[in-house]
Amino acid sequence: MKGTKKGMREAYGETLAELGEVNENIVVLDADLSGSTKTGIFAKKYPERFFNAGIAEQNMMGMAAGLSRTGKTVFASTFAMFATGRAWEQIRNSIAYPGLNVKICATHSGVTVGEDGASHEMTEDIAIMRAIPKMIVISPSDYLETKSAVRWAADYEGPVYVRMPRGNTEIIFEGEEEAKFEFGKARVLKDGTDITLIATGELVPEALNASKILSEKGISAQVIAIATIKPIDKDAIKNSKDFIVSIEDHSIIGGLGGAISEVIAEDGLNKKLLRVGINDEFGKSGKAGDLLKYYKLDSESIAETVMNAYKK
Amino acid sequence: MKNTKNLNFEELAVKSKSLRYNIVKMIGLAESGHPGGSLSAIDIVSSLYYNIMNYDPKDPKQDSRDRFILSKGHACPALYVTLADLGYFKEEELWSLRQLGALLQGHPTIEIPGIEVNTGSLGQGFSSSVGVAIGCKLNKYENNVFVLLGDGECQEGQVWEAAMAAAHYKLDNLIGFVDRNKLQIDGCTEDVMCLMDLKAKFSAFGFDVFEIDGHNFEEIVKTAELAKTMKNGKPKMIIANTVKGKGVSFMENNVGFHGKAPNKEELEKALAELQ
Repeated sequence: MKGTKKGMREAYGETLAELGEVNENIVVLDADLSGSTKTGIFAKKYPERFFNAGIAEQNMMGMAAGLSRTGKTVFASTFAMFATGRAWEQIRNSIAYPGLNVKICATHSGVTVGEDGASHEMTEDIAIMRAIPKMIVISPSDYLETKSAVRWAADYEGPVYVRMPRGNTEIIFEGEEEAKFEFGKARVLKDGTDITLIATGELVPEALNASKILSEKGISAQVIAIATIKPIDKDAIKNSKDFIVSIEDHSIIGGLGGAISEVIAEDGLNKKLLRVGINDEFGKSGKAGDLLKYYKLDSESIAETVMNAYKK
Repeated sequence: MKNTKNLNFEELAVKSKSLRYNIVKMIGLAESGHPGGSLSAIDIVSSLYYNIMNYDPKDPKQDSRDRFILSKGHACPALYVTLADLGYFKEEELWSLRQLGALLQGHPTIEIPGIEVNTGSLGQGFSSSVGVAIGCKLNKYENNVFVLLGDGECQEGQVWEAAMAAAHYKLDNLIGFVDRNKLQIDGCTEDVMCLMDLKAKFSAFGFDVFEIDGHNFEEIVKTAELAKTMKNGKPKMIIANTVKGKGVSFMENNVGFHGKAPNKEELEKALAELQ
């Protein structure tokens, strides 16, 4: 399985269906995108526990809040743009403020949404969800880790945001055991001595490839994947090399790079941070792969950016 | 489970007057809060709690309890005084409303015994009530979910999203009230953003709709009882025509008291009227 490509959103839908079988309290909501978010897999199996809110994300979040108050573990899904953008205040006031047991699992994050363009490419969701008290923010690295993270979210009592991209991404773990999600823990995927690449989500494989390119150029890069962006693993950042590169399909403002910079600044760590991400601009239409290159988020561009910035 | 009280209409009027006294007193002491909408809503709230709903203040989380959700969360003094009177928490909590460290926040939160969902941001409580009503049906509770909306609140788009969902999911266990006092902070609802015919609107959205005098206890109680019996797959909405600031002469129909506490002199005058 490792090295093949598979969608994190497939992992989400499949895991929901699996959880639905063992946990009768799980209910799932969607806002007319169940085919895309893959909640449709659950809906097909448990139609009586699936509620389509229609194209009404704000009401979906309120319904999710209400359902959780009757003892349900609620999963609410739509695209990241509409979940966290359109319904941000509903998430904040109806779900997070009372600390309700609602999992907002959003797909189609970042510019790799592709052809639909900037209106659908959410590159600020980590920043705005991270700012909400009590909210956990998770951005898994691959199909296998997504499954594990969704299982963890179902067991956790409280609000959780899970971010998933649209496309199929490379599976980086050997199997489910290795991919097991550990809440709040960063993972060192590859050792290195010069610099640390810290990536999240679909860009973890790009970071791994970038480290290979860098090693050919004589730069030894450690690679860390951060799936729990909030709360962030401070120790992993403290133990990183003195030159850190944050890599995310998200704005460099307030996301993974923002979270890392807070730790570096506040703990007075003598480390340099290079933020690779969307540089305070909107996305564009295009093929996902072309967009990664355009925004310099593919492995070759990442390696080139690092080489230009890092002097041994 | 039975409601702990069952007051007749005259007793309800007496009860509501004493609750009005506490509403004005608590807002006056807090020097902050929303008297207008609390006073227009209290007769509906008291009718529900003293005559309609099933609950147990000693066991406020019992599964099959009727639920009350105050979507117009700023009118929470009306709910707080009622919950205190019923013994959900001590009456002395009322006198520290909105103060740092107090139990009673400026808008309802679930940390307060008897509060079902956090409200305050308009439109959201109605959506939550739809979720609660779906959950109660899923759990096969034979209860009802009551939700109180403001008329100004109906300007929120989310209200109509929730209304669509309530009808779509055939929530005949959901009984809503609109506190139609016709005033909002900036003035008359019809001048600020006209609501037009709310009855026709909710009817078009698939509700059984009733229109009543929201200060007539017999109408409130009988309509709510009727709504409870109509298990026809349709949610209910009771448009209750009310008077903002009802019960305090100088607050009645006075938009200035939407979100302003009475000063010391006004407080004394108001409390004297409510003795």
